[in-house]
Amino acid sequence: MQRFRVITLLAALGITGAAVQADAPHRVVSINLCTDQLALDMAAPGQLVSVSKLAHDPQSSARVEQALALPTNGSGAEEVYLLNPDLVLAGTFTDPATVAMLRDLGIPVVLFAPAQSLADVPDRIAQMGAALGREDAADQMIAAYNADLATLSAPPAHRPRAALYYVNSYTSGDKSLAGDILSTAGFENAAAQAGISTIGTLPLEQLILLAPDIIIQGRDYPGQSRAEDNFNHPALRALTGTVMAGELTDRDWICGTPQVLNAIRAMRDLRAAMGHTQ
Amino acid sequence: MKLALALVVICALLFGLSLVTGYSVASPVASLRALVIDDGTPLSVVMRDIRLPRALLAVMVGASLGLAGAAMQGYLRNPLAEPGLIGVSASAGLGAVLAIQSGAALAFALALPLAALTMALLAVGLILALAGPRGSSITLILAGIAISALASALTSLVLNLSPNPFAAAEIVFWMLGSLADRSFDHVWLALPFMVVGWVLLIGLGRGLDALTLGEDAAEAMGIRLPRVRLALVVGTAASVGAATAVAGAIGFVGLVVPHLLRPFVGARPSHLLWASALGGAAMVLAADIAVRVVFPDRDLKLGVLMALVGAPLFLHLIYKTRAETA
Amino acid sequence: MSLLELQNLTVRRGQCPVVDAVSLRVSAGECIGLIGPNGAGKTTLMRAALGLLPHEGHASLAQLPARDRARAAAWMPQAREIAWPVDVATLIALGRIPHLPKGARLSPEDRAAIDRAVERMGLAPYLGRTATQLSGGEQARVLIARALAQDTPLLLADEPIAGLDPASQISTMQVFADLARDGHAIIASMHDLGLAARHCTRLILLDRGRLVADGTPGDVLTPDNLRRVFGIDAYYQDTPDGPVFQPLKVLT
Repeated sequence: MQRFRVITLLAALGITGAAVQADAPHRVVSINLCTDQLALDMAAPGQLVSVSKLAHDPQSSARVEQALALPTNGSGAEEVYLLNPDLVLAGTFTDPATVAMLRDLGIPVVLFAPAQSLADVPDRIAQMGAALGREDAADQMIAAYNADLATLSAPPAHRPRAALYYVNSYTSGDKSLAGDILSTAGFENAAAQAGISTIGTLPLEQLILLAPDIIIQGRDYPGQSRAEDNFNHPALRALTGTVMAGELTDRDWICGTPQVLNAIRAMRDLRAAMGHTQ
Repeated sequence: MKLALALVVICALLFGLSLVTGYSVASPVASLRALVIDDGTPLSVVMRDIRLPRALLAVMVGASLGLAGAAMQGYLRNPLAEPGLIGVSASAGLGAVLAIQSGAALAFALALPLAALTMALLAVGLILALAGPRGSSITLILAGIAISALASALTSLVLNLSPNPFAAAEIVFWMLGSLADRSFDHVWLALPFMVVGWVLLIGLGRGLDALTLGEDAAEAMGIRLPRVRLALVVGTAASVGAATAVAGAIGFVGLVVPHLLRPFVGARPSHLLWASALGGAAMVLAADIAVRVVFPDRDLKLGVLMALVGAPLFLHLIYKTRAETA
Repeated sequence: MSLLELQNLTVRRGQCPVVDAVSLRVSAGECIGLIGPNGAGKTTLMRAALGLLPHEGHASLAQLPARDRARAAAWMPQAREIAWPVDVATLIALGRIPHLPKGARLSPEDRAAIDRAVERMGLAPYLGRTATQLSGGEQARVLIARALAQDTPLLLADEPIAGLDPASQISTMQVFADLARDGHAIIASMHDLGLAARHCTRLILLDRGRLVADGTPGDVLTPDNLRRVFGIDAYYQDTPDGPVFQPLKVLT
């Protein structure tokens, strides 16, 4: 009798488990770089069917090795439709015509906003977990992320002043993902002194007057552009007491995924190398 | 009427070619069959819901741009005139940019085209108020340049102040002009405005012919110039405004097509109107096919291709004109 | 039958009257030469009479709706604008626009009017040529043909024979005289007083906006008028070949 009840219970669990599986999408197509990364981490085997072209670019894609196993798509409605997906993952800034067209054709599209802070990362993971029907995997990932983040977030005794410096003199303030990475790693963001909160430009003159302890440059894209000329300005080289750390912002910084922890680690190591321990 | 027949045939051929160009590797025959017979297959859906509205929009946008260009050139008696002179495309662009920046474009699907259209019509009202009911073509051009400059400046301002690089990139790409993934929603939104515009502009034929002799003589022949001007401005705003609202900024068609076809219609402005409509449709269809064929992986934008083809073509025309008048 | 009636027609630029209280009546059969020094207001008078300028006083043509006015009077402006390289036949056919409803094709009457105009101006060899590639004088003749093709009772022309060679000048004046005999009326402004004297049935002399003299060439081209208005001295004689008029010298 007891064994029969256990078998019935197990069977019931198996059926409900299968029912949960039946609700989850089977053919998921991602048309956005950041949804590519999260989906590659969290999808069940065979669930993710295609990723965007940028997922194969080693400079942009943190999970490029895994992505290479999947075909890419050009993010156009016709191409995506012919892949016969039952779910499409896109960003809030994907071409609205494409999103509307896919929805008109009866395909559910879930939109993910770009992450603006480290606190957004668990939200994106949870959203992805709900979309893929992989809530358990999502919960595990969030727990691991929070734990790792806690160990990396010990406040330092002294915060060196850092400035993020991208092409065209852009910088990121505290209310951006990059700024959040920077401050969690123990730096003070010089952009805050310049009154920049999200993203803004930091003219070279202002950057030099701020005299940060370290300038972290955005990545050098292939091909020369005038936008990158500011990196080579002699004034920057003449700054004494300022460390020029080139090309440290990379694929771990772009998207709100657990990869940001690698970025925080790299920044902490940089801080240690500058002679500020802790 | 041989020209009319030739242009219609070219348009029909290009329309068919546009229908069978795309990502799917199905044969042209199978594609067209799937278009006509709705058998529920994905190919049929692709043909009816993705490729058909795109091809229709290419014809509608091209016809609007060509027709408005010919009308503008006829009224201003200047072969360098084009629809952008009255600032319609710049204003429509500003509307679209504001929709993207404010996030309204996400709120509901047609927010962007509606915002663009609203701005275009507002701008036209402003131009008419500035230029006044009487007044020469010079005042109209000046008012249009002023509005165009203002709209462009405001668009640049929005881009400049954009806190979000994703929004900025989306704005820039929209402004480059594209017909990708447009649906029948866009067709039904644009069609009423375009039809109003076409009717107003085609009706200008008689007046434009009379203007060949100058404004004074035309007025003495019974042409009411203020009415001609009003029909021109409102017709251009409605048709080109709707075209820009759904497809972004596509230049050169309104300038180059009348130029190319003028010798074939004996330089007669009334005949150039319908010829440019057909020629514009053919040009945009051809360009839209090219963007899908030339660089299928790189998402080449329609406006970019148009400029790349249009500018050298225009240079060639100038060179030819120089050779003739030398 | 009066084809044009002006009563106290005044056109002001600011406060200054460019045309000052001009009254006249034009009937069928008249070939009128409108003469006067530069700046006398000839062009302004004709444009105001057509209703193309705001004016005070009464102008019969200006009261008509645009369509009817275009069928009552044809206007050939001084600026001989041809905006597009159309061929001569098309350009002359433009004169039929007031008679054609929108988008209609040319009817047999239209073609007949065009053919008459072509024949009168002797333009048959030119029909296939591009109008913008003709010489200035040839273009003027084509534009006159356009005005003739409009087939209106009244024709107003602003310096139609300026820049034409002597044969063309005489032929054109003869066309105007023939038209007048056929029952039309012509008002043509011109500076060639000799041609005006030889071909016009009536001269109207304007000076500083005022109508100074109105009558036959003999009545208007008096030595007194010539001295006061034009400041010239001239030779005027009725000969078996018609009146001969030649300005001789400027009077100080």
